[in-house]
Amino acid sequence: MIKGHRNHPLWYAYALHRVSGLTLVLFLPLHFYVLSLALTQPQRLDGFLHWTEIPAVKFAEMGLVFLLSVHLLGGIRLLVLELLPWSPRQKTWAALAAGGALFVSGTFLLNAV
Amino acid sequence: MANTKDTMTVKVWRGDKHGGAYHEFAVPRQDNQTVLDVVSWLQQNRDPNLSYRFACRVGMCGSCAMMVNGTPRWTCRTHVNKVLDANTLVVAPLRNLPPIKDLVADMDPFFDKWIEAGGHHDPSASRFDAMPQIAPDDTKRAVANESIECINCAVCYAACDTVAHNENYLGPAALQRAWTLYNDEKVNDTDAVLAAVSGKGGCHNCHSQGSCSLYCPNELNPMRAIAGLKSATIKHQLKRGR
Amino acid sequence: MDIRLYMAQRLSAIIMIPLVFGHLGVMIYAIQGGLSASEILSRTQGSVFWFLFYGLFVIAVSVHGAIGLRTILSEFLRLNDLALDAIMWGFGLVSIFMGARAVSAVTWL
Repeated sequence: MIKGHRNHPLWYAYALHRVSGLTLVLFLPLHFYVLSLALTQPQRLDGFLHWTEIPAVKFAEMGLVFLLSVHLLGGIRLLVLELLPWSPRQKTWAALAAGGALFVSGTFLLNAV
Repeated sequence: MANTKDTMTVKVWRGDKHGGAYHEFAVPRQDNQTVLDVVSWLQQNRDPNLSYRFACRVGMCGSCAMMVNGTPRWTCRTHVNKVLDANTLVVAPLRNLPPIKDLVADMDPFFDKWIEAGGHHDPSASRFDAMPQIAPDDTKRAVANESIECINCAVCYAACDTVAHNENYLGPAALQRAWTLYNDEKVNDTDAVLAAVSGKGGCHNCHSQGSCSLYCPNELNPMRAIAGLKSATIKHQLKRGR
Repeated sequence: MDIRLYMAQRLSAIIMIPLVFGHLGVMIYAIQGGLSASEILSRTQGSVFWFLFYGLFVIAVSVHGAIGLRTILSEFLRLNDLALDAIMWGFGLVSIFMGARAVSAVTWL
């Protein structure tokens, strides 16, 4: 745990939201590039997709699915906080977002292996 | 003197806006001891040059706010035995404010932003007009009442990472005050209130980390106030047309 | 961040709520039995629905990500507004361009 004023659930929720967003936005150009190979070099695309059979890659994919899910669910919590009447259960919603993301990425992993 | 069982290590930040360092002392522990007691003991028994602020010493004025083991607190309301970490206390001036000397922070930027966010009353009526009859259970009044007990201690300002990283950001206290004005029947121009919090350092920079509400010694909720301001500014912007 | 950037980011986020749920569903379905180009393309090629779905997604995520990136950079680097805006627009436009290529690659062969 981080010492000092940052060691509390909603700060961790903020940090996770930021890290997940940054990771996803940096991953995006790579993602678009690989898919566009279908246009020009379809054999290379299949070559890339072969990599996805390696277990380590499946775990990395699960990681990305987790980051996307937690960013989505955490983002919904923030939209509700900012646009709808106040709910005092922010820590609960943040925990549900993290839990929901684990559920979705776990489902993905079980289908991937 | 009270019974001293043993001693603890206290590291105190000494310096000014140009820089400084932590000085280490061995301080006798007592059964009931606040961090303010510790700082006062140091100044009286070890170094009369140690500068620090306090006034009421009973948790009402907010003058004694400092960083204690990394969190902003009122030192008169912080028992040593609740925060001691590995028998050590680290005391520093409030974060996010330039230090004047030692544990005394310069509160000017905090108050400047308070004014910038509209922290002054612009009345909608004069003494010659009838007083607005505001029922105690009026919903807007109830919302405003939840936030008006801010005593400007700057603990929330010190706790906020967005304040730390964005020098324009008005901060939780100033924005919470704007929220009370927005909900105040007696305020003349609520559009102006919203405009004041929609600039570069406005409420839209808040990332809802929640440190402000967690550490407020008066148990206020700036995070909720700022969320309310975001909602109000959006609705206002949409009504006006983009 | 000012109110206009804030509104663009929140609006793109709201648009993406159903799109991300849909994308997560697609991924969980598609990953079964492994990935292959022909399998993906057989679902997406010539599909107006997927073209619109992912086309909208590309625009929304490029706006959302560019503004988010700008916010993070503004808080951790000492850059002036001009530099921050340049990076935001640069990233956003490159992302839309690359995303558009990817969408047309899989839907319009």
